[in-house]
This record gives sequence, structure tokens and C-alpha cells, in this order.
Amino acid sequence: MTATITTGPGNNNGNNGNGNGTNATPTRGDAVPRYTGRRSPLAQRFRRGIVTPGGAVFVLLALLLAALFALNPQLAGEGQFTRFIGRTAPIAIVALGQYFVILSGELDLSMGAVISAQVVLAGNLIGQDAGMILPVLALMILVALVVGLVNGLIVTFLRVPSFIATLGTALVISGLTFYSTGGAPSGNPTDAFRAIGRSGIDGIPVLGFLPFSVIVLAVLIVLAVLLVRSPFGRMLAAAGDNSRATALTGASVAFLRIRAFAISAIASTVAAVLLIGYAGVSPVVGQGYEFTAITAVVLGGVALSGGRGWVLSAVAGAFVLEVLFSLLDFAGVASTWRPAVQGAIILVALGVPLIRWARLRTIVPRRAPQGGAAHHTGTGSVAGRRKG
Amino acid sequence: MTVQKRILTRTVVLATGAALAVSLAGCAPGGNTGAAGGAGAGAGDSSSTAAAANPWFDQAQFDTEDTQRTASFEGDPSQPYLQYLKGDMVDASAYKLDRAGKVCFSNAALSNTWRQTGWITMNQQLQVLKDQGVISQLETRNAQDSDDTQVADIDYFISEGDCDGYIIAPNSPQATASAVQRACDTGKPVVIFDRGAGTDCETSFVHSVGGMAWGMDSAGFIAGKVGDGAHVVALRTAPGVDVFEQRWAAAQHVFDDAGIQVTDYITGADPSKIKSTITDEIAKGKVDAVWVDLGDQAVPAIEAFEDAGVDIPIVTGEDNLAYLRAWKDTGIDGFASVYSAYQWRTALIAMGDLFQGTDIPKDWVLPQIPVTGDELDAVLKTNDGMPDGQYASFGGEDLPGFPQVWQDRVMP
Repeated sequence: MTATITTGPGNNNGNNGNGNGTNATPTRGDAVPRYTGRRSPLAQRFRRGIVTPGGAVFVLLALLLAALFALNPQLAGEGQFTRFIGRTAPIAIVALGQYFVILSGELDLSMGAVISAQVVLAGNLIGQDAGMILPVLALMILVALVVGLVNGLIVTFLRVPSFIATLGTALVISGLTFYSTGGAPSGNPTDAFRAIGRSGIDGIPVLGFLPFSVIVLAVLIVLAVLLVRSPFGRMLAAAGDNSRATALTGASVAFLRIRAFAISAIASTVAAVLLIGYAGVSPVVGQGYEFTAITAVVLGGVALSGGRGWVLSAVAGAFVLEVLFSLLDFAGVASTWRPAVQGAIILVALGVPLIRWARLRTIVPRRAPQGGAAHHTGTGSVAGRRKG
Repeated sequence: MTVQKRILTRTVVLATGAALAVSLAGCAPGGNTGAAGGAGAGAGDSSSTAAAANPWFDQAQFDTEDTQRTASFEGDPSQPYLQYLKGDMVDASAYKLDRAGKVCFSNAALSNTWRQTGWITMNQQLQVLKDQGVISQLETRNAQDSDDTQVADIDYFISEGDCDGYIIAPNSPQATASAVQRACDTGKPVVIFDRGAGTDCETSFVHSVGGMAWGMDSAGFIAGKVGDGAHVVALRTAPGVDVFEQRWAAAQHVFDDAGIQVTDYITGADPSKIKSTITDEIAKGKVDAVWVDLGDQAVPAIEAFEDAGVDIPIVTGEDNLAYLRAWKDTGIDGFASVYSAYQWRTALIAMGDLFQGTDIPKDWVLPQIPVTGDELDAVLKTNDGMPDGQYASFGGEDLPGFPQVWQDRVMP
């Protein structure tokens, strides 16, 4: 049981820097690996991490970026690459939010609807009045918290599978958006508000231009990493891996998951604010972001069943997708073929590491006498794995 | 158990991937595979071979609309909603009423700004016809973009039995044909407007010239400005939707004839996708013009050039105020194709004429006059204070409530 909650170096979970890394290199003769409190050398951790899906996504990202730079040399120009990061920021932030929900063993399909609703809300309420920006931002955060709470309560207390529950709230939210606008919002809000997602700081040495959205993304990544390493993050992963065992420790699994849903709704809202600036108000903005985010998270090697995965890999997954879409622009793939090509590349990217992973597992003896380090591929503790 | 779970996980992963692929293609409601297969002869930019293979291109229709868009219309040009092309007339004596008539209106949807604009104008026209004692009531059912709902709506009106006439704005021509036929069978007048009904039993069909003319106008403007071998980026809202496919098929034909190289993208009208696409195209090389099949797409395209800090080339659009204002503010070389929104008003006038025994055209073709740089200032002045979703061809300048009702834009 313990082997599944702790995260070892052979596992795909790269973030074992918190001191609980049971570097259980079992000395021969020891029946139970002993906790040493020491990390293995950086090079060794790197070697082991890179072959896991969570590490491989960085290799994939590097390859795709190299291809993109080859096809589009202008990307190396001043401010061009930071702009590219800026345009990826919304989907990367949505992937961050989705990561927490997936880590807790659930899915949030309401993110796209939340983005659309918040975009329309801001467009209609702020209008051309810069004085409305702060009150409306406060309202948007309140809306996000309510959505997160409702999602969390339906999933935890009504025990509706999150796949269905959040699909339901997504329909309700987009229905309300549609009702209030008749399907067409009034127009773009004031440029002062749009500046958050559209402008940046000019004249920075080396970088040239730094979009505000890159700063927002950087801050959120730092916050997310801290959150994952906090007791909350640890318990969330534990709840996702084995909710019953976590409940038995005295933690409130329900409250953990409600907070995860709140985080994802807040992430959607931040993405919405950036998208209003970048793209402008349209009821179409945000559509499909929930699936793109799930794909990004899974590309990042995070287990869809919960409990395992590195937050930075999820962000890398989002970047892989954006670079891929951009690559297709530069490769000149005919518009009618693009969806099929995109889908096929994503399936291959998702499938290949999994096939490799599955083969590795079959080599490992499945019936180790003790649940030692050799066995901790995170598949144990199937019993009692019911959510809730 | 372990194996089962692993399989489950992998299945979910694959399902998500598949769902993503589908959602990426999701800008294609209805997803007409015929169009996709036809144009997908090979990778790379659309070329003349792709244009020839576009199954949506209909040479006869192209020629008809090409003639009509520049034809001279009967009637007073200051009242374009009453103008028509000379042709067969409907004998109204059979439909004459000696009282105000009740009109039943089956509307496909109010889900875009063009339809919303037309609907407001139609309601102001209704006030006039009510005051004149021509129409007593307009009972409306909104099918919310659903063929099934619209068929049910029409059948509901028929079974209700107290309609003196039917106005139908079909959601899709073929799917609603049988229901329209049943409405015709009641012997009451049936006026169709906007899209065709897939049947010719209707009393009159009110429409502006058409989607191919829309595409020809803006593509022709670009072709007249840029030279042979120029590069145009075409932004398409959705494949397989007749409105957009007709605009694109005509534009593609015009570009091919002019020897213009076109790269087309399907955007789902998602502004963030449009912006990323245009940004990539700017990085790729020269963009001489951007052609769009929907006004909403033009503004994000203009912004992409602004944000990249490069000169904005020709970006065409539609007569929605968001585009017209961006055109004015940026001083670009612009052009707005029009699909006349005042046809909503004309449909009601046609029914009123029938009730009064006035003959109307059987195929009531309304003019479809694009907005050019010469008229831009005048058009913006007329629409001062109107929201961005307003259309310049709303046609309500002489109706009660102008301009307040269109400025407030509250759906009736």
C-alpha cells in the first residue's frame, strides 16, 4: 500500500525534491528498503526521469521546437519567442488547472464553458468603462469559486462521476451564457482591460518584448509548483491515487477535491482574462479548451486515473500542442486535412510512450514477494479504489 | 484487476485523444465529408485543381448571381427593401383579406448578430403594418438552429389552424422541404426568406442576391487590387455549411481566375485561432490580403497585424459595425460584402401586400450592395451609437424607433 503513495525515482513522478523520495535502492538482503533521506545524484535522476512519459514530453517539446525554429527562423527574432509563449499562456494555464483535478482522480469538462461565460461576462459588464474592471474581476473570481464549489459538491457528495457532472455544469453554464446574450455578445471591452492579454513590456534586454501573459503564466507556474509540494498537494495526489486510504488517514477527500475544482475554475477565469485581450470577445472563445487541456496533461505523462504526474510536464504538454498547431501552419497542411493530421500526431504522441511503458512493466516481475521498489509502478492498491 | 485498470486507463487516453481530434474538427457542424474529400487532393496550399474539385461550386448559380449583383433593380433605390428584379409576379387576388391577418413565422434561429439585427427590423416593420390594420398578430417560433424543431414548429402552426399566412426562414433547405410543402397544402400564402426551402410550392421567395455574389464581391475587390501571383490568406468559418461554402467556392473561383495564390484556414470563427494563424502567416512571408467568409473574423485578423507591428494589408469583411469601425480606425484598404439584413422586413411586407391584394414578385431578389471606402463614413454616421453587432444593411432608417431601438438592441 505504501509503495503506491510514496514516489520513487523510477516512477514517472519527477518532483521528488520534497524529501520523501524513498530512494529505495534496496541493499541486497534487506527485505524492506530503508529510507535514507538522501536524493540520488542529479544525473541519475535525470536519466531515470527522461525515460518516463513525464520526462519524455520535454524531449518531444525540444524536438518540435527545433523543427519550428527550422521552419520559421523569424521565431528567433527579438520578442518573437516571448510572443509565442504569450499566445500559449491561456491553454497552459487551463492545463495547470486541469492538472490539479486530474491529480485528484477526477476530470473537469466545464473549463471551456467557464472560459466562454467569463469572456462574455467581462465583455458585457466592463464595456468601455475602465472603472468597472476591478469590480467585474472580483465578480468573475466569485463566479469561478461558485462553479468550482458546485462541481466539487456534485462530484463528492452526490457521487456523480466527474465526467458527467462537469459535462452537466458545462451545459448549464453555456446555456446561461447563450440565454443572456442570445448567442452574440455586445462587443470588446475597453482596451485598458484588453491590455492584460494583448500588451506587454517593451524594450527589455535580450527578450525584447515581454507580454504580460508570460508574466502571469510564470507566476502561476511557480504557485502551482509550490502548491503541489505543499501538504495540500501531497494529500490531493494521495486522494487521487487511493481515496479510501487517504480518507482513513483522517483527511477530507471531499474538501480536497472541491478545492481542486475551485483551482481549475480559477485557472479558466485567468485564461479567460488573457483571451479577452489576445483574441477579443466571442462566444466561441474557449470552446474545446477542456479537451485540449486534458490532452496536454496526458501528454505530460500525468495519469488520468489520478495520483501521479508532474505539474511542469502538464505545462510542457500544452506547449507541445501549441507548437504542433503552429508547425502545421508552417508546413502548409491543407485546411481540410488538418484535424485528421493533428489527431493522428497526438494519438501517436500519446500512444508511443504508453506502449513502451507497458512493455517495461511486463519485464518487471509482477509478483514480487514484497511490495518493494521493483513494483512501484503505481498500479497497486486496486482494491478500494472507488472514488469518493 | 491491474491489467483491467491499465487497459481502462489506456482506453480513456485514446478516447481523449480521439475526442480532441473530433473537437478540433468541431468547427464543422454537420461535417460535410463530400467537401473535405474533394478539396483534399493533396497537402499544400489550395491550388487551381482544388478549386475545380470544390463540389460546392456551381457554374450556373455563379453566373446567375454574377449577373444579378450588378443588375438594375426595379423601384426606388432609397427604399432597397422594396426593390426587386423584373420577373414573374404572383397574383394576389386569391390571398386578399378584408381584415387584418395573423402571420405565423417559423424562424430558423436568432443565434448570430445578422439574424438578431434583421429580427429587430422585422419587429419595427410589424408595428407599422399593425397600425395600418394589415397584420393583426405575428406568432413566432424559434427553431434554435434545429431542423427537427423547425419541422415541429411548422406542423404546430398548421394544426393550430388559425394562421392566415406563413413566413418561414428555413434552417436547411432540404430538411424542412416536406414541412414547407404541408404549409403550402393549406392553401394559405407561404413566404420563404433567406435560405431556400428545397421546394417551389411557396408563394414567394424573398432573398438578397446570394452567397456566391457575397464571395465574388470581396474576392473581386482583392483581385482588382493585388497583382498576379499575389498571396491571399482565406479564413473560413466552417466546412460543410452551405452559407460559408458558397461564399468560399465563389471567392476561390475568382482568385483562381486572377492567378492569385490562396492559403485557406478553417477557424471556427475562434478569434484566438485566427490571431495565431495570421501571426504564423506573417512570419511565413508576404501576405497581400486577407479574405474572410464572415465579418466576425476580420477584426482579429486586423489585430494580428497590429500586434506584430507590421503594415496591415487589405482585410475584407462584412457590414457588421465591429469590422466597419476597425476599418475606419486603422485606415486599411477595406471592403465589406453584404447579405442584406433588410430582407427580414421585406418578408413581412410581402405578406402584407398579399393580404391587401397587391401583386408581388414570385422570386423577390433584393439588391446586395457592398460597402466600399467611398460610403464608409456615411454608413458609420447612420449607425452612430449602434453596438458592434449591428449590420449596416439593417434597413430600418425610415421605421419608427430609429435609431434608439437598434442602439438598445433588446431582442423582441
